[in-house]
Amino acid sequence: MTLNSHTPAGPLPEKWDHFRLASPLVSPANRRNYTIVVVGTGLAGAAAAASLAELGYTIKSFCIQDSPRRAHSIAAQGGINAAKNYSNDGDSVLRLFHDTMKGGDFRSREANVYRLAQISNAIIDQCVAQGVPFTREYGGHLANRSFGGTQVSRTFYARGQTGQQLLLGAYGALMRQVNAGRVTMHPRTEIMDLVVIDGQAKGVITRNLITGAINAQVADAVVLATGGYGNVYFLSTNAMASNVTASWRAYKRGACFANPCFVQIHPTCIPVHGAYQSKLTLMSESLRNDGRLWVPKISGDLRSPNQIAEAERDYFLENKYPSFGNLAPRDVASRNVKEQCDLGQGVGGAGRAVYLDLSEAIKRQGEAQVTRKYGNLFAMYHKITGVDPRHEPMQIYPAVHYTMGGLWVDYALMSNLPGLFVIGEANFSDHGANRLGASALMQGLADGYFVIPATIAPFLAASSPGSINDTHPACNEAIDTVTTRINRLLAIKGSRTVDDFHRQLGLLLWDACGMARNEQGLTAALEAIPRLREEFWQNVKVPGQGEGLNQSLERAGRVADFLEFGELLVRDALLRKESCGCHLREESQTAEHEAERDDANFAYVAAWQHNGATDEPTLRKEPLTFENVQPSQRSYK
Amino acid sequence: METIHLTLKIWRQTGPEQAGAFHEYPSGPISTAMSFLEMLDVVNERLTLADDEPIAFDHDCREGICGMCGAMINGYAHGKAEETTLCQLHMRHFDDGDTIVIEPFRAKAFKLIKDLVVDRSALDQIIRVGGYVSINTGSAPEANTLPIPQKIADQALDAAACIGCGACVAACPNASAMLFVGAKVSQLALLPQGHPERRRRALSMLTEMDSLGFGGCSNQRECEAACPKQISIRHIARLNREYLKAALLG
Repeated sequence: MTLNSHTPAGPLPEKWDHFRLASPLVSPANRRNYTIVVVGTGLAGAAAAASLAELGYTIKSFCIQDSPRRAHSIAAQGGINAAKNYSNDGDSVLRLFHDTMKGGDFRSREANVYRLAQISNAIIDQCVAQGVPFTREYGGHLANRSFGGTQVSRTFYARGQTGQQLLLGAYGALMRQVNAGRVTMHPRTEIMDLVVIDGQAKGVITRNLITGAINAQVADAVVLATGGYGNVYFLSTNAMASNVTASWRAYKRGACFANPCFVQIHPTCIPVHGAYQSKLTLMSESLRNDGRLWVPKISGDLRSPNQIAEAERDYFLENKYPSFGNLAPRDVASRNVKEQCDLGQGVGGAGRAVYLDLSEAIKRQGEAQVTRKYGNLFAMYHKITGVDPRHEPMQIYPAVHYTMGGLWVDYALMSNLPGLFVIGEANFSDHGANRLGASALMQGLADGYFVIPATIAPFLAASSPGSINDTHPACNEAIDTVTTRINRLLAIKGSRTVDDFHRQLGLLLWDACGMARNEQGLTAALEAIPRLREEFWQNVKVPGQGEGLNQSLERAGRVADFLEFGELLVRDALLRKESCGCHLREESQTAEHEAERDDANFAYVAAWQHNGATDEPTLRKEPLTFENVQPSQRSYK
Repeated sequence: METIHLTLKIWRQTGPEQAGAFHEYPSGPISTAMSFLEMLDVVNERLTLADDEPIAFDHDCREGICGMCGAMINGYAHGKAEETTLCQLHMRHFDDGDTIVIEPFRAKAFKLIKDLVVDRSALDQIIRVGGYVSINTGSAPEANTLPIPQKIADQALDAAACIGCGACVAACPNASAMLFVGAKVSQLALLPQGHPERRRRALSMLTEMDSLGFGGCSNQRECEAACPKQISIRHIARLNREYLKAALLG
């Protein structure tokens, strides 16, 4: 099998038009005969379900939470990018495309990224028309701010709760279609497996989290919008229920998993407080617009930060990267924060934090103006730490935040399994080896509102609707597989809890496969993970039954998948001997200890194909070619 | 950071039709830097290892924005701390030796599922009948076509900050959802995008609210006090005006 991206011919700006012109359509009268399963109700999933229903398709929408409004897109704080050039500062579709390619360290597909930049403006229009209350200037026009990795102001925002407002817009659109009878909503439902018939995705196996009932839901196409896999690290900024299960089941049914080792470590999160910690909280990167990162020049300086004079502070990002300063991209900022702490310059109880200081911005702009921009972040920080960041600098440290890797998709966002589409964070397509701030919301909504409605039509047009029903043997086989696995988990009755295993896996990955990696550590992790997995299946303790609400059982299933997926993540990291995007490969550094990319050997997408339980997965390479950008070593100095 | 010990009185109920009761648990050593839900995690780990069934509770983002968590803590929705969801409540607000009473949100429209988990899908039902602007993807005008005064946009965002947690309903002696409905109606009444449907929206959302078993508003203001996003009852006033105009003018 070779992976074909099916990128349309023609000059970059015309590819999307060419694709749409060449695509057969489904006639409006025939659309209701096609059923589409959409899994997940975040920005990508809710936007897709709503938009496809508006077109007339019959939609079954699934989410794991009690309401579609709670998907984790809701927690995105900072903003959403678009190439409107409202700031008149030289922005354009081409510049957004260039910034995204460069930010992704030239590991993404040109055509997909260009399409994303092209669509970005229509997203803002759509959201404003939905009544999303973006922050505005005094004149009543939309406000913009700058974000890490760019030198233009192209980020639209709604205070520090942009994700919430955009998601509620998409949720409203979705509920409107529920009301119209075109979407059947299935909340508190988890996807346990993918139904594949004759090589095509034809539905999903679901578990009702309240009753425990296992069912097959068949469809003419399946759209996965199930988010990222950051929780494989146990501690991350993801919501507690975020998991890899739907993607992993698809992988085990034949879909290729691309670039799993591309994991973004976000520089500005509240540091870890103790062993009981269940998650990490992000402090939006937008704070770096007005906040300055520093550490005391004297190692182990225990004075309160307000007592450390200006001359005794090291503003390490400003000093090292004069042109981008505190707005250096996420990976550069994260690595430098870690470096300062490794050098013993860190602050806080365990020396694993640096200061993010807003005092200068407050002096310059006034406390009211700064609070207007970041008020909810200040409140959140205050609640967790008991410190008001307006009076004392915040302490921050990097945390796992976003995963660029995901299921492999072509230009149409279809995986190598026909009929399986993957959108939003769940696919690998647009952010290469590192995502720029405020680009996740842009991609989720671009995929959901505008890409999938256009790309699913030619697939559906080529097939006749409703060809499968839920009594097909493949459905029964998948239901049996799911039920057997649940019963096996419940029967172990060991002596360690699910969280205990998860925490151990997370620590192992954070140490071996975090911001900095090396061959020795990765090789050791590759041996340790299967051992841990084996112990899990012999010694995990899952209380309760398969029927009814059983939150321990839910977590056990997800952690069992993380224990398999973690191995693939490390395998991918071991193979990629270059430093790239978010991660530093210690063997691949410049003389100045900056990350060194290796285009000669690694300018490809690493897509992994499952080979059964015992054989190693096969690596399929999709070479990346650059016709419109010139890959350069990134420099933010 | 210090360590405290608490007594927890937690409502346990295996299902909607079964009888529930308070059970008492010692918390064991709890760090004051923990969040309330992390404290429950610690208790659940212990229950699991002791062959007892862990306490079921809803939660997801654990940063106060998804609206999934919530319980009555000593009689207060999300606990007594202001502007706080349960996941953001930290144990430094409690003293060594305290007894904490933990029970589910109770309202006619919120059926209990298990322990602290309740069914709040009635809130989705209310949004379903009109809590949005009816616009299909692709038909939007250019975003800056319509300037909106900053103050109006800010007020709309104050209303739109609602996370749909249901604390307002749980806190209200009438189990009314007026603050929830008011927040959405108000957001869309403030913004010009919401104007074409404003009458239909107010009528249909309130009618739906009534039919789902939520009570009416009698100005107790408990909702406002419990709201983790500090949504003001001014939005109920605006909802009442919107409803009156719609009822009179049709």
